[in-house]
Amino acid sequence: MRVRIRHEITQRFEPPARNTTATVRLTPRSHDGQFILRWTLDLFSDCRLNPAEDAFGNLCHTFTLDGPVDVLTVIAEGEVETQDTTGILRGTVERFPPPLFLRQTELTEPDEAVLKLARSLPFSADDPLSFLHTLMATLKERIAEVPTSALSDVLPAGEALKTGTGCSGAVAHLFTSVARLHSIPARHISGYLASGDAGTARHWAEAYVPKIGWIGFDAGRDMCPTEEYVRLAVGLDSLDVAPLRGTGFDTRQNVRAEEGRLSARIAQAQSQGQN
Amino acid sequence: MRQTFDEMSSSDGTVRPAYETLSQWLSNVPQDVLAHRRKEAEFIFRRIGITFAVYGEQNAQERLIPFDIVPRILTKEEWVQLSKGLEQRVKALNHYIHDVYSKREILKAGKIPEELVYKNPAFRPEMNGQRVPHDLYVHIAGIDIVRTDPSTFYVLEDNARTPSGVSYMLENREIMLRLFPELFSMYKVAPVENYADDLLATLRSLSPHSGHEPNVVILTPGIYNSAYYEHSFLADKLGVDLVEGRDLFVKDAVVYMRTTEGPKRVDVIYRRLDDDFLDPLAFRRDSVLGVPGLMSAYQAGNVTLTNAVGTGVADDKAVYSYMPEIIKFYLGEEPILPNVPTWRCREPDHLKYVLEHLPELVVKEVHGSGGYGMLVGPTADKAQIEAFRAKVSATPDNFIAQPTLALSTCPTLVEQGVAPRHVDLRPFILSGSDKVRIVPGGLTRVAMKEGSLVVNSSQGGGTKDTWVLDV
Repeated sequence: MRVRIRHEITQRFEPPARNTTATVRLTPRSHDGQFILRWTLDLFSDCRLNPAEDAFGNLCHTFTLDGPVDVLTVIAEGEVETQDTTGILRGTVERFPPPLFLRQTELTEPDEAVLKLARSLPFSADDPLSFLHTLMATLKERIAEVPTSALSDVLPAGEALKTGTGCSGAVAHLFTSVARLHSIPARHISGYLASGDAGTARHWAEAYVPKIGWIGFDAGRDMCPTEEYVRLAVGLDSLDVAPLRGTGFDTRQNVRAEEGRLSARIAQAQSQGQN
Repeated sequence: MRQTFDEMSSSDGTVRPAYETLSQWLSNVPQDVLAHRRKEAEFIFRRIGITFAVYGEQNAQERLIPFDIVPRILTKEEWVQLSKGLEQRVKALNHYIHDVYSKREILKAGKIPEELVYKNPAFRPEMNGQRVPHDLYVHIAGIDIVRTDPSTFYVLEDNARTPSGVSYMLENREIMLRLFPELFSMYKVAPVENYADDLLATLRSLSPHSGHEPNVVILTPGIYNSAYYEHSFLADKLGVDLVEGRDLFVKDAVVYMRTTEGPKRVDVIYRRLDDDFLDPLAFRRDSVLGVPGLMSAYQAGNVTLTNAVGTGVADDKAVYSYMPEIIKFYLGEEPILPNVPTWRCREPDHLKYVLEHLPELVVKEVHGSGGYGMLVGPTADKAQIEAFRAKVSATPDNFIAQPTLALSTCPTLVEQGVAPRHVDLRPFILSGSDKVRIVPGGLTRVAMKEGSLVVNSSQGGGTKDTWVLDV
């Protein structure tokens, strides 16, 4: 499936900043299930984007804006060809062996209720896959997913369980937290879901199953990622994959992810070599 | 009854040669003169403002660390042996950290359990595959040493993050020189005053660029930090700028310092700020003490952070128990300084032993420091032991246990006169790109209470001047 994506993020500064440095994780990489046809990153400011690869192999860019800065806008735009792999990941960039993803973080650290939930689910070390599917179905039942447009703090695992609501990222925290409790390496994924006209930014989880490898689990929708999913970044929690980390406040995003091609004008402009 | 080794006199009362002069001097000086000098010392400490805040106390006010005016003496032979062992230890620590963040050979060889690295909160994924200037991570180490008999110095703990206390080592010597000049004419004591020069030379040698005089700064969390005195003291001694996070900024992966003459590039940051707070864009996002974008400059190789980020992966107490293997693995040598035998509660048979022998053991949290959260079995009451039994059983991975060592004692001036008190030693090891530097001596900490083995200043311990004899 051909997916086109436009992701706009703004962050405000009050009072305006003298200068500000920020990092964006807004460039997807290709793997067996997705091929990046074109991708651009735009900043409506005069600055240099310093590309780098973070510890997990995500492509990120750091830049500094000279002040006064009152608002910062980044736009990522591109076209991706995806394929359904029934959620199984192949050909991804891996910088760590799976055991690293047994680490809990501040956002996934289980509280009593999460521990109780983990214990209540039938678990057999011989069949982690069934456990992960049960976990996914249970979370779909227990947590009512709420959409978010503001890139505000994603709830930690325990909070999401307590309140029974959370965005896709909060559900992913809970999923990874419980999986790790059973010694199943699990990680946090940011990306896009191009489903009908409800295309959005989305978080889900991946878990590592011996003999198969990494498998995606979107517990918020109780399904494994399909060709409607575009994978953007990977980390231990939502903070590791945050599309923008800066020092401003009131971060908002506007995402369009839908089936189709970029308009001819954009595609042509992007294909022009710039020296 | 444990036999305690006293560094001044042996059990039959004979004074060891190195202490002879001091012992004689002590018996000749009237008690009230000693008491008077001690008051004087306290007065000087107060006047220069060298104080220490104790965390977790209701009204955590600043207080003085008690200073004991009786020096501790080490012979040159003892020191030579010690410093060889320290250098070896720090080399091994640097190899280990480099390996853990690159090829992870030691894990592949099965010498260390994977989870000790991957699940260690001090392991920083951000450092994976990240080259640091000169492949050195622990530029300033504080290795805690205890002694149990004439020839055995054990390493009790490695401090590879931001070891503190060096200002006390320097101040103690200065005060001793001022109060007891006559003693220094009787003994040839190796100087420690060149520590500041050594530190500056080390920091400069770590600059990521050659060609120009590197700009070195000390980054402090600010005046509310318990070690702020030391930060400002060192900046003063080194003649470098003491900065807070807000004095620095990053532009296009280069760190600058705001000055009245405009931005000035920074090459080496001796940071006394924990990893978590260094950069809100990479670590704790609520950190107001750090510098946004600092990690991007670090990763681009444009600035050296001292110590490197993520060195904590080498100095927790669980990793400590593997240090002998770590030394053998990377250096192919036997450890010169032995480890204290350690039970890892993460291992079921060790845990069983520990739970059965709690009243005899010292139990410590793997990530604890400053003497917080530890159990000293022989001096604990039943309730404390039971509380620890519950804690250790619930989260065995978080604890290690060691036998209660008979720490050596040194003569110390207390209410009743001069009496033996338990001591440890923290020497400071500087690793530059050119060489390793260790000033002779270190910080001797002394438990002021009779029989007490806890020397931590946060637990009421005091300090002493440490003399390494130069003959």
